[in-house]
Amino acid sequence: MSYHVNGKTFSENPAAGQCLRTFLRELGWFGVKKGCDAGDCGACSVWLDGVPVHSCLIPAYRAEGLQITTIEGLAGENGDLHPMQRQFLDAQGFQCGFCTAGMIMTAASLSAEDIQGDLARHLKGNLCRCTGYHAIEDAIHGVKTVEEDRPGASVGTGVGAPAGPEVVTGKARYTLDTTMEGMLHLKVLRAPHAHAKIVSIDKSAALAVPGVHAVYTWQDVPRKLYTTSIHEDFRVDPNDTYMLDNIVRFVGQRIVAVVAESEAAAEEGCRQVVVEYEVLPAVFDPEEAMRAGAPVVHDTSGDQFIRQPERNILIDIHGGIGDVETGFAAADVIHEATYGTHRGQHAHLETHCSISWVDEDGRLNVRTTSQSPFICRDKLCYLFGLGLQNVRVFCDRVGGGFGGKQEVLTEDLTALAAINTGRPVQWEFTREEQFSASTVRHPMQTTVKLGATRDGTLTAIQMRVVSNTGAYGNHGGETLYHACSESVGLYRCPNKKIDAFAVYTNTLPSGAIRGYGLTQTLYAVECAMDELARALEMDPFDLRQKNVVRPGDPMLSLGEEASDTEIGSYGLDECATQVRDALARGNGVAAPPGGDWLTGQGIAYAMHDAAPPTEHRSEARLRVLEDGAFELAIGTAEFGNGTTTQHVQIAASTLGTVADRVRVVQSDTDKTGFDTGAFASTGTFVASKAVWLAAEALRERILDFAASHTQVGRDMCRLDAAAVICGEVRIPLGDLLQAAETSGHQLALSRRAYGSPRSVAFNVHGFRIAVHRVTGEIIILQSVHAADAGTVINPMQLRGQVEGAVAQGIGWALYERMVIDETGKVVNPQFRNYRIPAYADIPRTEIFFADTHDTIGPLGAKGMGECPINPVAPALANALEDATGIRFHDLPFRPDLIYRPIFEKHGMATA
Amino acid sequence: MNLNTIEEVRQATAVAGGDVEWRDGDSWLAGGTWLFSEPQPYLRRLLDLRAMGWQPLESSDGGLRVAATCTIAALYAFPGRPDWPASFLIDECCRAFLASFKIWNTATVGGNICMSLPAGPMISLTTALEGVYIIQGLDGAERQMPALDFVTGNHQNVLQPGELLRAIDLPAAALRKRAAFRRMSMTHMGRSTALLIGTVLPQGGAFTLTVSAATPRPVQIVFAEAPDARALRERLNEAIPDDGYFDDVHGAPEYRKHITHYYAEQIRAELAGAPA
Ligand SMILES: Cc1cc2nc3c(=O)[nH]c(=O)nc-3n(C[C@H](O)[C@H](O)[C@H](O)COP(=O)(O)OP(=O)(O)OC[C@H]3O[C@@H](n4cnc5c(N)ncnc54)[C@H](O)[C@@H]3O)c2cc1C
Ligand code: FES
Ligand code: FES
Repeated sequence: MSYHVNGKTFSENPAAGQCLRTFLRELGWFGVKKGCDAGDCGACSVWLDGVPVHSCLIPAYRAEGLQITTIEGLAGENGDLHPMQRQFLDAQGFQCGFCTAGMIMTAASLSAEDIQGDLARHLKGNLCRCTGYHAIEDAIHGVKTVEEDRPGASVGTGVGAPAGPEVVTGKARYTLDTTMEGMLHLKVLRAPHAHAKIVSIDKSAALAVPGVHAVYTWQDVPRKLYTTSIHEDFRVDPNDTYMLDNIVRFVGQRIVAVVAESEAAAEEGCRQVVVEYEVLPAVFDPEEAMRAGAPVVHDTSGDQFIRQPERNILIDIHGGIGDVETGFAAADVIHEATYGTHRGQHAHLETHCSISWVDEDGRLNVRTTSQSPFICRDKLCYLFGLGLQNVRVFCDRVGGGFGGKQEVLTEDLTALAAINTGRPVQWEFTREEQFSASTVRHPMQTTVKLGATRDGTLTAIQMRVVSNTGAYGNHGGETLYHACSESVGLYRCPNKKIDAFAVYTNTLPSGAIRGYGLTQTLYAVECAMDELARALEMDPFDLRQKNVVRPGDPMLSLGEEASDTEIGSYGLDECATQVRDALARGNGVAAPPGGDWLTGQGIAYAMHDAAPPTEHRSEARLRVLEDGAFELAIGTAEFGNGTTTQHVQIAASTLGTVADRVRVVQSDTDKTGFDTGAFASTGTFVASKAVWLAAEALRERILDFAASHTQVGRDMCRLDAAAVICGEVRIPLGDLLQAAETSGHQLALSRRAYGSPRSVAFNVHGFRIAVHRVTGEIIILQSVHAADAGTVINPMQLRGQVEGAVAQGIGWALYERMVIDETGKVVNPQFRNYRIPAYADIPRTEIFFADTHDTIGPLGAKGMGECPINPVAPALANALEDATGIRFHDLPFRPDLIYRPIFEKHGMATA
Repeated sequence: MNLNTIEEVRQATAVAGGDVEWRDGDSWLAGGTWLFSEPQPYLRRLLDLRAMGWQPLESSDGGLRVAATCTIAALYAFPGRPDWPASFLIDECCRAFLASFKIWNTATVGGNICMSLPAGPMISLTTALEGVYIIQGLDGAERQMPALDFVTGNHQNVLQPGELLRAIDLPAAALRKRAAFRRMSMTHMGRSTALLIGTVLPQGGAFTLTVSAATPRPVQIVFAEAPDARALRERLNEAIPDDGYFDDVHGAPEYRKHITHYYAEQIRAELAGAPA
């Protein structure tokens, strides 16, 4: 049999039940990606004799004799890009780029008629979690948004991502896009019970499966408590987790790891393991879990960090200012309600995965998909008792994160197996594992009580938060602190009181995700503000404008201790005005005709710290290269957040050159300085600051040396593209480097930046929607977002971050819903059944940026990776009330969950 | 995804030829778009129906024969006939798939029917068009049955191990009817929460309503004369009790009931109007 791929012929044969996707990857065509392995995401799209298919659904043997085209074969033989590849570059129709190959293969197969006629239907089998689809739509329509870069003027320009050409050609290497001699595969057996004690494990049958090398149980791993969550300081999270445990705390917890020659053998090994459980009573609801007599998820022998293990309280936070009782007594109007938010999954298209091996020097190497290779390394050192010098952790390109990869979920077991077997070991999560056994957004119940005088002045704010941290406490504490901070700090009010609890239950663990706890409580506060405005018969903008913090105000929530957060720039007024004006202007889109649609509009505000309260640092190393370009080494990982582009722009602008003259080495503990990680919106605020400081310092050093070298006055020297001009002479940087080195000077240096002091970013969102009075369907007629990100370093990219975050917010508010049954099992762990938005589900959002310059952030910028998600859900809730006259407190607003009261109130109107 | 427990793939023709005997762990393979989309740890062998080489579509004055192995793409490409006004339902039902057009290139009509999911749009289509299924036993003997009786519950049907669906006959009499179509899903172009089709004789009168996706298996109500709203509501309530609606993540049962009644009435009203 022979297979023809991209003009080459292969004589290898696939296994009987093998799908085309894995076969192509085995043949080395790594451009073919896996987002789901189930036909839902389209990342694996290829052509068979020119016909597009999802290769994960095609029995490989059926492709025999056909012409198979993957993304790698789309460009012409001379390397000319296919027009669709060029268009995706010109519109930067990607962020992490993991969906891109499939998007391009699909789009390139469409006729002009398909594209003009019904693009939504043709794209419904291609999911992108990063972009919100706007840039993809632009790409397909041939709109060019990339701007030209000019020396020294990169900042403020929409330059393309450095990795763009690799992404659109399928050459970008993600974590598993590599092969290693002798690779073993790891799979785990996961728990079928929500709470149980393991009585015995019989691994003999598993070990007898041909190809199985090792089977690990809780007795085979270091018995050390740790936390899977990633923070600079591990002490901010409880040490409540064992690599493998003899207590099961949620359905899906890993029980046994099997390592084998193939995934097939490892899977078979898992099926052959016999585990005897003693099933224990389980608790799923956090309020129930706090009651006396509830099953105890972590007993008192665990980490002291856990505040009240017998009541399942991981942490409780109490604080405030002034006296709320006095405040409520002074109020003319009091509003109180409880708002519920649900789990949401990150759904980054690249699932968790890693490859570990021990090299010839005996060092452990880990290639992984992580938002923080450094902290991952530190955790592995701790677990295995290794010195920092004995472990290298690195990332190539990362296929999306959104907080999900601020967690060590695979690296520990692949490392264990690699150390143990001496072979490279790979583990790739299935999409199902991603949904049922990674992490989710903390579900929170938030009660908000607001008091105000008749004129709308807030007199008291009280909030009670109950957060479900699931079976483990990773991120449970820090998300709770964040939930209690900006949500209440956004408004000036003399009396505030907060009581908050993070509670263990026997459900899958919650974790870090865009917004980091704040999204949930801001939802509650912004809904409550809207209801208060209604009670006061005030315009919702006016009520907020009257009470929001102003420049110079402290942002108080839990207390009055000195804080390192300041309003480094203030664009909130401008954001509010932009959204107010845009909604007033309208966009010409009306509800469908007929009397069945109710319309309304809603807004919400948000404020977000530009860095976390925990320690955060980054080091940038910058040097001149022999060819006169620059090399920037920085620890932060690129997963579509765009920080790499921003780094090179900042370096280029400072060093008088263009972005593509700055080459980046990144996210490798062997090759770069320390970086806490790409999370908590620190890519701009901390890492880019380090780059900026390094670039400023290097510029001075270059000019100082050039001046002394040429004997020209220092003020006569300046950088110009790849050279220094000193008076009349122009010295190429490469020559200057040579001169420097001969005279014992270094044109290389490093600088560090810290996440303190911190500034705040602001976002305002507005929606106008139509709601069907019988079916409960919601149509978004207009969506407007204004963001205050300080200096806009790359407008195109910033727009992309906002669009992506807004799309995730819409998905969380309207479509996504993880269902957990009465046994604690996730019922819908597939994209088929957990619907993240497709292109058809996302409207175009009008986006505005406030014109501000931050006094703390680098070049006046502050991060925007997370915060645009925050006002989306409450703005939708507020629009829904405006349209229907009914307040829906609990997310999501799916038609089947909201139609009843709407129909009862409005259904008979014309029926 | 890889189906790692599969040891062998054989041509389905080898079964009829007597070379292969049906055994536990065997499965017919049509397009494979469902089989390869979920783990199938109990399967050991696939029997590939492509080898049958059946003509995908055969259209005659008597009606349309759709081979079980006809792909959704081929069915969607069927141009219809001016004297078959109901053939627009083919397009609507193809578009009712959650699956993308790329999946249509290999997914088959028979595969969709034999999957027997509530949201199987080929089940809706062939039931509403009063299709007759031709079922073939291991011995090659054929039997026929009305589409309506084939699916017995969520992911369940009448097929015995080794039996296969050979073809679906859609009679011209049904294709000549006037029809109305309504569908609801929880996302734009998502999985069907409810899919209703009404048909009426060209000259009016006899009215047939087929409810699918909202119920575990299709439900059909036939009226000899065009009903009024109340009669329709009553018959629906008789035919589908409150606990007769399907419950899964794509829609709560009471919502499915609500939508079923709403759309049924719309369809009734639409078809009660004068013929176009
Ligand atoms: C992203 C995605 C979305 C989908 N959306 C939908 C949807 O909206 N609605 C829906 O119902 N399904 C959906 N499916 C499921 C499935 O792909 C379709 O039902 C498809 O039509 C199945 O056809 P197939 O030829 O690929 O079947 P296969 O996968 O080959 O087979 C499916 C089952 O039917 C059996 N079978 C196939 N043909 C015959 C036959 N002639 N006789 C007897 N048994 C047979 C097989 O043994 C197997 O058990 C979706 C799948 C994916 C991947
Ligand atoms: S990997 Fe094939 S569709 Fe997702
Ligand atoms: S760019 Fe589409 S999934 Fe990341």
